Amino acid sequence: MKKTISRIYVIFVFILLYAPIAVLIAFSFNNSRTRAKWGGFTFKWYLQMFQDAEIMGALRNTLILALLSATIATILGLMASLSLNRMKRRNRTVMLSVLNIPMLNADIVTGISLMLIFIAFGQFLTHYGYTIVFGFGTVLVGHITFNIPYTVMSILPRVSAINPSTYEAALDLGASPSQAFRKVVFPDILPGILSGFLLAFTLSLDDFVITHFVKGPGFDTLSTKIYTEVRKGIKPEMYALSTLLFLGVLLLLIVVEKGKGARNKNRKPAY
Amino acid sequence: MKKKNNALLTGPYLIWTVAFIVIPLILIVYYGFTDENHRFTLDNLSRITDPVTLKALLLSLLLSALATAVCLIMAYPLAMILSRMKSGASAIITTIFIIPMWMNSLLRIFAWQTLLERNGVINQLLAFLHLPPQHLINTPAAIALGMIYDYLPFMLLPIYNSLTKLDWNVVNAAYDLGANGRQTFFRVIVPLTMPGIVSGITMVFVPALTTFVISDFLGGSKVLLIGNIIDQQFTQVGNWNAGSGLSLVLMVFILVSMAVMQHFDTDEEAAGSIL
Repeated sequence: MKKTISRIYVIFVFILLYAPIAVLIAFSFNNSRTRAKWGGFTFKWYLQMFQDAEIMGALRNTLILALLSATIATILGLMASLSLNRMKRRNRTVMLSVLNIPMLNADIVTGISLMLIFIAFGQFLTHYGYTIVFGFGTVLVGHITFNIPYTVMSILPRVSAINPSTYEAALDLGASPSQAFRKVVFPDILPGILSGFLLAFTLSLDDFVITHFVKGPGFDTLSTKIYTEVRKGIKPEMYALSTLLFLGVLLLLIVVEKGKGARNKNRKPAY
Repeated sequence: MKKKNNALLTGPYLIWTVAFIVIPLILIVYYGFTDENHRFTLDNLSRITDPVTLKALLLSLLLSALATAVCLIMAYPLAMILSRMKSGASAIITTIFIIPMWMNSLLRIFAWQTLLERNGVINQLLAFLHLPPQHLINTPAAIALGMIYDYLPFMLLPIYNSLTKLDWNVVNAAYDLGANGRQTFFRVIVPLTMPGIVSGITMVFVPALTTFVISDFLGGSKVLLIGNIIDQQFTQVGNWNAGSGLSLVLMVFILVSMAVMQHFDTDEEAAGSIL
């Protein structure tokens, strides 16, 4: 009896979570511009989506941003983890608290604060004849900023777990410091680096709020594009895009799970 | 040599942290306390008492508290059931429940718009059953539903994680010592999974309190949350001082909620990570 109830409950939540997604997928094949009726099966929204230069441009921006911001945030996160590990406990706690602000703070506040600093910095630069253009560069800086705490969160525990004697032993055995790092320390923290990179990559893909405030007109990622399109009124191409993105995420997760059984890390919602 | 190394490692992210985290926050405080002529003022903060703004703030607090409570009540039993499954099945089924979290969140809210609209899926189903159409979209209830739907996985995951770490021998010991089901749950299981509950509540409450996308998509322009008001100040009105002032008020609520949550958190590791 108890088992039946829990089974029904699991199925109930499952349906609640997936029914809306199923509806999106169904509408992506609906041959009728209005959602009121089913006009037969079609692939035309997919074709139109691929021909829409704006959507494709936003997709390209999103992917380049995710790749670049995740790479830079991982490098900065690795450097931060290595140096935090050597700090005194007190200093480390203070540094970590500051570093974690973008993770704990509301995205709207982080987005606004970044927008204000870019404007202030731009005003400062105009005295010297330069300007800051809101667009790819500002969004990239924003994404790196909110990604760093997540890469540190993934890498720092790995770094802390390393026994310093192994590094010293490598030096004693004649390895140069860089050899000792590459051959002894790095392999131990590599899993943390990879999971940090992946987390940063997906967070960047999904971000809307921070991008919204620092992007400026004329530059769009998929999230901001979806936002404007949905507010304008719905284009069926958005359903096609949803379906493909859902399948993409599904595929990525299957690959990652197969790859090394990575666990889902705690992360925060995109807004 | 070692000192120099350390400076090279610390330098870049320290500069980054100061330039893009610390100074921007100081700027919000500066704008929040000044007017457009850079003179000190409290007007931006007192804008929160403006009837429309105050209503939006109260509605935000109400809806985000409601959504957090419903998420907790829905996620906890689910996490219990999932964590009690055979380990192979448990991991796979839990992943199924987490997958929507990885899908673009705007699209998930967009999906509910499709369901709740005047001519949406639910009203068409009602019409098919010869029932009268319901006014679903552009209501506070629709926004609460969107919050619950969007953030449920963020409540489920930390609670599930802390339940899988739970030592069930302790639970059995409680039963052996004569505790009944309810006592065991509230006195043993809940306190031991408190870190998961706390992190779940924070991960739902803060984004729900500050969202403007969910209310944009499911509230039309008829239902405004505090996030919408702040967003409008920055992207439409262009009054950064007012927007910053309201953000400061909002941050007070975030900090208070975090402090309250921190009080319940028994996990000492996490305690150091919050300001």
